[in-house]
Amino acid sequence: MAQYTLTTPLTSKDTKKLKAGDTVLLNGTLFTARDAAHKRLVALIEKGEELPFDLEGSVIYFVGPTPPKPGDPIGSAGPTTSYRMDSFSPTMLKNGSKGMIGKGKRDQAVKDACVDYDGIYFGATGGAGALLGKQITSAEVIAYPELGPEAVRKITVKDFPVTVINDTYGNDLYQMGRKQYEVKD
Amino acid sequence: MREIEFNDIVKAVRDIIVHCGTDLPQDTYDALKEAMENEKSPVSKEVIRQILENADIAKDEKRPLCQDTGLAVFFVKVGEDVKVKGGLLKDAINKGTEQGYTDAYLRASTCEPFSRANLKDTVGYNLPAIIHFDIVAGDKIDIEYAAKGGGSENVSRARVFPPAAGKAGIINYVKEVISDAGGNPCPPITVGVGIGGTFEKACISSKHALFRDIGSVNEDEEMAEMEKEILEEINKLGIGAMGMGGTKTALAVHIESNPCHIASLPVSVNVQCHSSRHTHITI
Ligand code: SF4
Repeated sequence: MAQYTLTTPLTSKDTKKLKAGDTVLLNGTLFTARDAAHKRLVALIEKGEELPFDLEGSVIYFVGPTPPKPGDPIGSAGPTTSYRMDSFSPTMLKNGSKGMIGKGKRDQAVKDACVDYDGIYFGATGGAGALLGKQITSAEVIAYPELGPEAVRKITVKDFPVTVINDTYGNDLYQMGRKQYEVKD
Repeated sequence: MREIEFNDIVKAVRDIIVHCGTDLPQDTYDALKEAMENEKSPVSKEVIRQILENADIAKDEKRPLCQDTGLAVFFVKVGEDVKVKGGLLKDAINKGTEQGYTDAYLRASTCEPFSRANLKDTVGYNLPAIIHFDIVAGDKIDIEYAAKGGGSENVSRARVFPPAAGKAGIINYVKEVISDAGGNPCPPITVGVGIGGTFEKACISSKHALFRDIGSVNEDEEMAEMEKEILEEINKLGIGAMGMGGTKTALAVHIESNPCHIASLPVSVNVQCHSSRHTHITI
């Protein structure tokens, strides 16, 4: 399992070298969105309207942070469970997005979309909100402020630690890891 | 009749919420440390290392352990010889919850079931709290609190079995629930199992089982044995920390068993994530 340091926006060249189980330190800009925001973003794509940010090479972080303490850019910010985004992610990948960060398994359509459009599903450590929040150096709400924690934020990250779960070759770390350590009676 | 001031309860509840938001309880911390030492998968080991580092950062810098700061769940035993002066006990607990969540910069996560509108400006910040009351002898109020995140709650399940399902049926069921959950509830988890009673009694028992300290031994010997057996079975699943594959999927299994109807065997499985924020005070 290899270790990489990558800067967003990601290209197909970046994503194609990654394999399930690799660890990556991400740098640059990420966009945050949960299900409510995804629903609106995908509706815009379907209507052919402009999105609040450029999807090309983007990495979307599934997170709803706590409110920041005075002087901090953001509060605690660990990943939320990703399956709630399963119905939206293929459309995002098809339209240029290259990565997603969340926790928990994805459905087959998302895994297929990762193969078809050179996308990566990264896992971040759920519940490590204080640690991950510290790797975020700036945050700005750029759309849907009325959604509160679910608003779309543009965030800057420094050495944000993630693990490749689903790669562009159809591998799935959750299945591989479990198979390796499962004890059958 | 002992009198307790409404505002003293508000303050006590506020304080435990602030504390639990940033300080992982010692029982959980110790159990995670042991899990890290024994974990065979290097990937899972690294995940648990991050979880422990996160707990250290949260404590030192007073940052919420997790961005999902949960719904506030309470089990409250009220002594028959206590009177709350200046308001209702339920209101005091809700007020303390709101203050704690606001003061510690925790997230307001309560919403309308269908419109999903956040309730922070209508009902109150992260209100209402979920409160289970019981009346006991004495002149004290005993409050058990846990912050319950959505990820682990979402994988919980209940079912009423025919009595013939027996212990084997229950063990299989718990295993199936945890297997299907995979990495979603943020393992290493604690598994609460409520057995017997009626449908809702089993559910509440499975929730209450999660409030017990990890590492404590069930007073009922038969249940203690069953806890061990289920824990072993779960850790054979290979799910590992955050589902990335490993030997430590669960830190503990806690069972609460109740007498039940001759025709039924209710079982409920409630899961708590590694961020097991819980505590207990007596006023
Ligand atoms: S399951 Fe627990 S640790 Fe994971 S995101 Fe939810 S509250 Fe946090």
